[in-house]
Amino acid sequence: MHPLGEKYLRKHTLPTIFCPGCGDGTVLSAFLRAVDELDIGEQLALVGGIGCSGWIPVYVNADTLHVLHGRAIPFATGLKVTRPERKVVVFTGDGDCLAIGGNHFIHACRRNIGMTVVMLNNAIYGMTGGQVAPTSPYQARTQTSPYGNPEMPFDACRLAIASGATYVARWTSGHPRQLTRAFKEAILHPGFAFIEVLTQCPTQTGRYMKGGLDAPALLKDIRAGVVGKERAASMSPEELAGKVQIGTLHREVRLEFTEALRQLTEGDGK
Amino acid sequence: MRIIQGNEACVEGAIVAGCRFFAGYPITPASEIAELMSRRLPQVGGVFMQMEDELASVCAVIGASWGGVKACTASSGPGISLMQEGVGYAAETETPCVIINVMRGGPATGQPTLPSQQDIMQARFGSHGDYEIIAVAPSSAQEAFDLTVKAFNLAEIYRVPVYVLSDEIVGHTREKVLLDPGVEVIPRKRPPREGYLPYRPGPDGLLPGMPAFNEGYRLLVDGQLHDETGNRVGHDPEASARLVRRLCEKITSRVDELTDVEELFLEDAQAVVVCYGSSARPALEAVYAAREQGIPAGIFRLRVLFPFPARRLAALARRVRALLVPEMNVGKLVLEVERVAGGAQVVSLPKLGGALHTPEEILDAITSVLKEGGR
Ligand SMILES: Cc1ncc(C[n+]2csc(CCOP(=O)(O)OP(=O)(O)O)c2C)c(N)n1
Repeated sequence: MHPLGEKYLRKHTLPTIFCPGCGDGTVLSAFLRAVDELDIGEQLALVGGIGCSGWIPVYVNADTLHVLHGRAIPFATGLKVTRPERKVVVFTGDGDCLAIGGNHFIHACRRNIGMTVVMLNNAIYGMTGGQVAPTSPYQARTQTSPYGNPEMPFDACRLAIASGATYVARWTSGHPRQLTRAFKEAILHPGFAFIEVLTQCPTQTGRYMKGGLDAPALLKDIRAGVVGKERAASMSPEELAGKVQIGTLHREVRLEFTEALRQLTEGDGK
Repeated sequence: MRIIQGNEACVEGAIVAGCRFFAGYPITPASEIAELMSRRLPQVGGVFMQMEDELASVCAVIGASWGGVKACTASSGPGISLMQEGVGYAAETETPCVIINVMRGGPATGQPTLPSQQDIMQARFGSHGDYEIIAVAPSSAQEAFDLTVKAFNLAEIYRVPVYVLSDEIVGHTREKVLLDPGVEVIPRKRPPREGYLPYRPGPDGLLPGMPAFNEGYRLLVDGQLHDETGNRVGHDPEASARLVRRLCEKITSRVDELTDVEELFLEDAQAVVVCYGSSARPALEAVYAAREQGIPAGIFRLRVLFPFPARRLAALARRVRALLVPEMNVGKLVLEVERVAGGAQVVSLPKLGGALHTPEEILDAITSVLKEGGR
């Protein structure tokens, strides 16, 4: 086993439930590298939603809550406000975060509560067998959109920025080094940090949406669809059509929620 | 001693019991609990949060409990329905927490401003799967205080979600309450330092203690059926069954120690009113009136509703002619009473529409059941 795995994985939970070629393992290892470089193993409070991606924290040997579909953020909120110095990190899927948990997501952004939410976007419901997700493209064929998806997808990062998140980044599972950096920035960011990771799901997205593409082909497909934020700045609208921007998309410092609570209640309260 | 509403008494009881986190969403007739919590909690170093909905509230409460503090939420009808998935999670992960349901009429938006006792079985069975909870049922503002303290204590001892089943009448009636700061409070039990496994019960069948996050225990708390380490065993029928059986039996096997009833005039009683919550108030008046007329009536009032004290009531049922059960619902606890009544006649006195029974209604029922004579 890789030394990082030796150091940080919960051995008795292995092997993982991830399918061969799944991007979740890449995200897990990029995260462990960030944890190691920051040396914050003891301060971590991990929360996983329900879905394949919600399993990521189960394998990490740190304090972990594996909770209900869509509700990871409210559980994490309870953990954060009881001890604001905790490094709270949530792992969630695109369905978990944006469909069933969409309301919790936008309100956590609005509060600017100090936690990191990592959303793995495979554009489909992985765990339940390939149904349409709020991130599935228009016309995408899935197990519940056999004639093509009639709905438009969410842009999760734009939603996060519009809702008040103060750190927003998007990368892909083909950018492990940038992901590690983003994890470190997000964890140290004093406010609500959101990282979207575009990732490959050969088992569902590959099979139903992409005509049977395997993991390397899917990853190539994902990378072909993205463009770095800096490069995008010099591209024409025609060149940008259909491209998704990656990088640190938004960063600002605004009063964090538990700090606001402390400031407001310290005078009158006590 | 202060003259306050039952809802306020719940808040003061929670704070005396050590509650330092409340998350909720406004709903009539429970809103005063959130309002007062928002004022009171910061004064004692606690946190109040108004969440985006009730499921978020109960989830935040569970997160706060694992964060290391005692926590509760309060709601009514529709909000309690929304919480149910989280209640099951708390039961499964053995997370102490308190849920105050100031019951109003249902179903749906129902009767926002009127009382009911329609949610008692939802408290017991509301989430999916097999599990057991504890529920207390105050009849007065004083009991709203006392039983809220008790709810927090029971939650800590048994590591279970505990319901306080109040209602609009208990919640809104202003009464004299002794806010005793010296009541017994059970602190959170700390885990042993050596060889601690989060889900290995001690010889008493209860968990040995509860660390908070970031205390070095590297906890895995998972809503999946799990083994003693917290790791999933859903694929293993035997291990899964063992956990679910223990979750149920840690409550059901302790009925005797959990029983909390007020018994009045039972020595020679022939008709006994089995009651709880607000409807115990007219019931008590009816029994006093009956006694004045020399009618042998008595009271068996449940302060702890679940687990249901089946054996205790069965023993009583063997000595009396009739058990009468007034409830502000179609007749729910009466099903439990019928189950244990043996030869005693059981009379259900349902009351719908949001009105409380009058003492006369209950007295009439007592006299007519005794007049009928024989068994
Ligand atoms: C209340 C509830 N509804 C539905 C489910 C079933 N369910 C489990 S995972 C999931 C969706 C998973 O998709 P996503 O969140 O995108 O994560 P992924 O598996 O793709 O990583 C669903 C619908 C559930 N567990 N709970």
